[in-house]
Order: sequence, then C-alpha cells, then structure tokens
Amino acid sequence: MQAFARLLDALSFQPARNAKLRLIETYLGETPDPDRGWALAALTGGLDFPAAKPALLRGFGQEKIGEELFTMSYDYVGDLAETLALIWETDPDAGPPPTLGEVVETLQRASRSETPAILKRWLDALDSTGRWALLKLLTGALRVGVSARLAKQAVANIGHQPVDAVEEIWHRLSAPYRPLFDWLLHDAPRPSSNAGGAFLPPMLANPIDRTELDTLDPAHFRAEWKWDGIRVQVASSGGVKRLYSRAGEDVSGAFPDIVDAIDFEGVFDGELLVRRETAVAPFNDLQQRLNRKTVTPKMLKEHPAHVRLYDVLWLEGQDLRVLSFDERRARLEAWIAVKERPRFDLSPLVTFRDWAHLAEQREAMRADGIEGLMLKRADSAYLAGRPKGPWFKWKRDPMLADCVLMYAQRGHGKRSSFYSDFTFGCWRDGADGKRELAPVGKAYFGFTDEELRWLDKWVRDHTTNRFGPVREVSHGLVLEIAFDGIARSTRHKSGVSMRFPRINRIRTDKPADEADTVATLLKLVP
Amino acid sequence: MTTDTLAPTPLNPRSWLYPTPRGLYCEPGDFYVDPAFAVARAVITHGHGDHARPGHRAALATPETLAIMRTRFQDMPDTDQQPLKYGESVRMGEVEVGFAPAGHILGSAQAVLAYRGQRIVVSGDFKRRPDPTCPPFEPVPCDVFITEATFALPVFHHPSDAGEIGKLLRSVATFPERTHLVGVYALGKCQRVIRLLRQAGYDKRIWLHGSLLALCKLYQDHGIDLGDVAPVSEAILETFKGAIVLCPPSALADRWTRRFADPIAAVCSGWMGVRARARQRGAELPLIISDHADWAELTQTLKDVGAPKVWVTHGREEALVHYARSIGIDAEALHLAGREEEES
Repeated sequence: MQAFARLLDALSFQPARNAKLRLIETYLGETPDPDRGWALAALTGGLDFPAAKPALLRGFGQEKIGEELFTMSYDYVGDLAETLALIWETDPDAGPPPTLGEVVETLQRASRSETPAILKRWLDALDSTGRWALLKLLTGALRVGVSARLAKQAVANIGHQPVDAVEEIWHRLSAPYRPLFDWLLHDAPRPSSNAGGAFLPPMLANPIDRTELDTLDPAHFRAEWKWDGIRVQVASSGGVKRLYSRAGEDVSGAFPDIVDAIDFEGVFDGELLVRRETAVAPFNDLQQRLNRKTVTPKMLKEHPAHVRLYDVLWLEGQDLRVLSFDERRARLEAWIAVKERPRFDLSPLVTFRDWAHLAEQREAMRADGIEGLMLKRADSAYLAGRPKGPWFKWKRDPMLADCVLMYAQRGHGKRSSFYSDFTFGCWRDGADGKRELAPVGKAYFGFTDEELRWLDKWVRDHTTNRFGPVREVSHGLVLEIAFDGIARSTRHKSGVSMRFPRINRIRTDKPADEADTVATLLKLVP
Repeated sequence: MTTDTLAPTPLNPRSWLYPTPRGLYCEPGDFYVDPAFAVARAVITHGHGDHARPGHRAALATPETLAIMRTRFQDMPDTDQQPLKYGESVRMGEVEVGFAPAGHILGSAQAVLAYRGQRIVVSGDFKRRPDPTCPPFEPVPCDVFITEATFALPVFHHPSDAGEIGKLLRSVATFPERTHLVGVYALGKCQRVIRLLRQAGYDKRIWLHGSLLALCKLYQDHGIDLGDVAPVSEAILETFKGAIVLCPPSALADRWTRRFADPIAAVCSGWMGVRARARQRGAELPLIISDHADWAELTQTLKDVGAPKVWVTHGREEALVHYARSIGIDAEALHLAGREEEES
C-alpha cells in the first residue's frame, strides 16, 4: 500500500505524460503480483468496493471532529478522501500498514458491517499519504491525471507491445491480470482476444471549422450527420453480446432492449439514441436511461433505445478495419439490406458538391438530435484513437445568449481556491411587476486560465452575500453563454434548461440591464 | 439604591482596542497595531509585508524587526524608530505595551497591551514548533487573546520539518542531474530552510536568487549561521546539476529558471499540505514547511494562554471560533483591513 501510495502521490504532482508513464512502468516492473495487478485495476477504474461509499467516509470524519468542522474542512479541501486523510492522525500503536493486495482481498471478503472497523484500523496505521491513497482507491476516483488509456500504455510499454494489442484483449481479462503480466514479462502466450465480443478501440475525429475545410479536397471526403446521442460499439461473438461506451465501458446492463435485439455477430460503430416512431428524441430523454442499474418496463416503453450505425469493424469472422471507409460502408449497407431490424438503422450519407453546398445543408438542418456533421476520408482505414487527418467533426454553431452573473461557487480539485462555477440568469418580470433575474444555467468552463483569474477576482470584489462555498454577486457582469441546445424544463425556476452551456465571452462592454430576457430564450426552444 | 449599581461596569475590551479601516486601533494609547496604511504611531509585531508597512511617523517594534524594516524600506529616515526588546515594556498614552516572542520569524513578537488592569495579547503571526532562527513562542496569560487563523482547519497538520527536508534531500539524491529550485518566502522561510538543511547535514553551497540576498545577510549579521551561500548571479562555469537553489515562489515560473538543468520545482509552504493548492502552484515537490501554527498548535495555544475571550483574525476564522466556543471560550471573528492570504 505504501509503494502504491507513493506512486499515486508522485503521479498527482507530475504533469508530464512521459514522466507519468515512467513512474507507472517502474512501479509495475518492481512490484510483485498480485499487487501490481490490483494497482493496474485501480488506475484503469476497474475496482469497486460496494461497502466503502462516500457516506461512510463522511460519517468517519464527522465522528472524528464533529459535523461543523468536517463540513468546513471538506469545503476547503474540495475532496472527500483527501479531507479525511488529512484530519485523521496516525496512531503509532496501530501496527504495520496493509499491502495493496491485502486491502483489496480483505475488502472483497469483508461484510458490510465488518468494513468500517477494518478501515479505521488501516487509517490508524497508514501515514497521511497512505490514507489518501487508500481512500482514493476505495471511492474509485483516483484523479491523479492518469487515464485508463495511459495506464494501459504503461503496461504495454513494459512488454514492448503496442497499446492496442492490450486494448483488444482487455475485456477478456480481469484483475489482478496475471495472464497479462505473464504474457508481457514472461513470454507466456498472448491471452486470446476472441475478436468480436471484445471491445475494439474506436476511431475518433478532430474538430474542424469552415476556413480549415478549404484546405481539403471535398472529393476525398464522405459526410454524415453527427447524431446527438452517445457513441457506442455493438459487439457480439459466440453468444456474448455487449454494448460499450466510447471509452470501453460495458453499458449493456442499462440497455437490455438493445442487447436483446442483437441477433447477429460482428462489431459495429454507432450512436445510441432514444427514438420514438421515426423521430430522434432530445438528448435529455437519453439521459433518463443512462447510469441506471435496473431499467423499469415503463422506462423501456417510454424511452426506447435505438442504435444508428455508422460503421462496421468486424463481420462474418473478418476484421474489416484495414479496409477503406467506402469499402466498409458498402459492406454495412449490404448487411443492413438483408434484414430489417427495428432497433438498428443506418446513418445516411449526406451528399454534397463542394464545401459551400455542405455548409448550406448544415445551416438548414435544425432538427433535434443532430450535433453537426462528420467528415470521413473515403480511403480511411479504421484506426484506433484520434489520428490527425482522416476524420473530422464539424459541429453546429452554438446558440448564444447574454446572461448576467448571479452566483459563483468554488470549484473542486485543482480549482478549489477559485470561484469557477458560475450561475447566470436572464431578465423577466417578477411577481411584483419589477424586472428580476431568473437563473437559467450554470457553466464551469469555456474560459482561459487568465480569464478564470479575472472572474475569480471579479467575484471576490463584487460579493454581496456568502453561503458556504457560494457567493452571491452584484448584478453587474454580462457573460455571453454558448450552448448546444435548449429545452423547456419543469425542474428549473426559469422554465428552461440549456445543454452544454459554457462561457463564450466576458462582456465587460455590455450593461447588465441590456442582457437577454427569459422570453428571448424561450423563442429558441425548438 | 442598592450597592449593585455602584459596582464598576466591567471594562469592555472592544471599547479600547478595535478594528478600523486603517487597522487595529488602540484608543487610550492612540496607536495602531500592524496598520494597513501609514499612520502617526504604529506598533509592529513582525517584518512581513502585510504587518510592517513603510511611512509611519513613529514605529515601535523589536530591534530585529526594525532592522528588517530598514532593509526593506530604504532605512526609513522619516520614521521615528522605537526599539523595544522582548520582556521590556513602555507606556504609550494610558497603555502599557510590551513584547513577547512569537516564534514566527526573526524579531517576531506578540504585542502585550495592558490598560486599567485588563490585558490583551495581539499575537501577530506565530508558530509553536522549534525554529532555529528565532526564540520560541511564549504563552502570556491574558484577558483577550487575538490569534491568527491562517491554518485554522483540522486538515492542517504540518508534518515534522526534518521529514520534509528529508524529502528534498532524497529527491536531490534521486535526480542528481537536475537542479532543485526551492520556492521560499524571502523573509523567514528562506533562512529557516537553509538552517534546516544545515541541521540535516547538507554542507554544500546553497545558491540564492538575488532578491533573497539582503535578508540573508541581515540574518547572518544577527548571528544565524547559514553556511556557504552564494548568489546565482555570481556563478561561473556552474551547471547547477544536483544543486539546491532558493528563490521566491514567483520566480519558479519565471524565465530566470531557464539557466538551470531540467529544474524540479519544490515549494515550501503550509499550503502544500492540500494537493489542489500544491498543483495550482505548479509544485512538483511540495514541502510542507510553514511559519504559521497548524490546527494542533492553534488549539493547544488557546488552552495554554487560557484567555476567557479570543478574537480570531486573518484566515479560516469560522473554524477556530467554532472550536473555541466548543471548549467554553467566548470567541469571535475580528475582521482586519489589509490581511491577504500570504505566503506561509
């Protein structure tokens, strides 16, 4: 546990990617099984301890120093695990600290009622860094700037293999990954990838704008709509049917309607949508289906899921990723023509003469459920990751509104001393006939670091009221907010909710009373 | 009439010492303690910029603090400088003013103010752990204790200085080809870190950023042995590989650092105990070394001083007020002008 704590500690302060890789590689090389395997599982987000949830940790903290002081401490630090690690004091009589393997194996066996006592003993025995690492591990949010991909890169590096060779077999493996280390370090055979049921790393696009398009030859590209859902991979092989998110997370459990409808073998790339009749429902509807452990029949009926297919990666036992986009597209169209499947359809190609023609179609398309256009080189093979050049996304221009800053809240993590979460509002007529501001959204990005420092200072200089980590400010700053969509909402006081709002510009030039009204926003609702 | 009405009304301490926009004002003595602006008469607890400011007509402080102020403010020829040693006292108006060591930096003092049988201690900034560059904090029994609250949250438990210096020396041993740039506050932290390195047995030359020289010289003149120190600007044919270089934190991200060998940025501050703070400051090697009391020291000090009333200033007042009330002390926050969150 101490070695793992030192690794996490060093990673958390090391900004350079290569240095992070070196730290992980060194750790994986020096640490014996099964500890290194558990560490890899932790870094890739593959460990879950049902008995150690935030409420338990909060309870520990409150027990130690009382609710008020614990709340103040947490507000200040902005991270629950770190707060508890800092307020707890090491007990010199608590005996030796546990190993990582001991922690994982003990918690997997321990009952819910045994866990608190075990945890307390470990917290007493570890030092502050050890406690922090233990608690980060238990809450499943390491936040040390290491993606699952980076951890897999490190493990691939120690065996001198490309990272995709690890990605392809990843979903066949489970922690503590002994066969993986045996293959990478001890010349054992590569664990079988059983292509088809496994997750294949998806190909991603780079953003592009109108001016950059002029440097490209339109004849080399195919266009299709970028649907506003969730990018997924449908993978089926040997009776194993799975739905993966773009990051390789298995989301089959939340979408039994899709999984049950898989009556084929192959791997497809597509967009997960909620679809009623032929219309794509707003993203909000899809959100109702996400992150659910169990799905009710009502939910299945009212929010039916659907996959709109973009691409085919594997079909009839054959890896198609080496083929060109045009060839894969032909295979996909031929396949879908054979049998009608209500849960699956094809994302149509958008034909165009030149970029101006495509721009016109992009402008004209105001339908819900479309985020913009995808541009794919006709000759592009399906490459994992985000290669520069073959694929582009050309998003719809965001909508804009001038809103007035109303509240600011300190951020968490790296931003814990900055007022970085901004609630803004638009004007409407209040009950007493006077104009008042109604909050219409909250944004915590879109600004540069320099603008953040400026905003933080503005908030501190214009505070009129404080509620814990939240400050109310005088109504004097106009923010131009960009957002990708807007819908009516019964949950929000103003009656509207914005999708993906961010701060586009700070309008110091505009007086607050000239900001937009709620009525203006309502006109934007489709 | 009963005799009750003849009993003297207890003196309200807020009636003779209270915050004003210029700073904490003592009315019967007609002076300010650590005022935020130039005033006629000032009592200065220590030399840090948010406590000691230039331009006062008269300033009462320890001889060391006055020396620090002269170094920082071009000798202060227009200020009537009134040195007062620890343990001595002087009358200002109707108030008796004395100084007791605060253990914060060289010359740092608690101002002990006595008026009509009531005693208020303005502790300024203080810490309780040993510091090789100044005498330790001395608890003074009093009616009102004014305490700082820079690190007044239970999350602040500063680890041992020796352990943190050990972290730095281990890193120097692990990366012998790189320069260790250590960000330190020019007054106090710098000299303390040098002394701690010497105590840990590090006897190589320690390099200094130009802005640290004057105060290091002042400490040396006060008999604090810093060993072999030299300004970076005087280095000839020096690669700085494996070297320790001290500089103000602001210089860590400066173009000045380009002369060094793949530098590692270490930052010495109490804030380094909180990860988000350390990352914000760009620290690759955070070292938790502070000249301010941590939570345990603050709470212990309230018990040691035993004042029935405590006023809490600059920092996280809320938490310390809450704690003090929970142990039966009449505590409240005291909002003073000009106190920013400083390098600590």
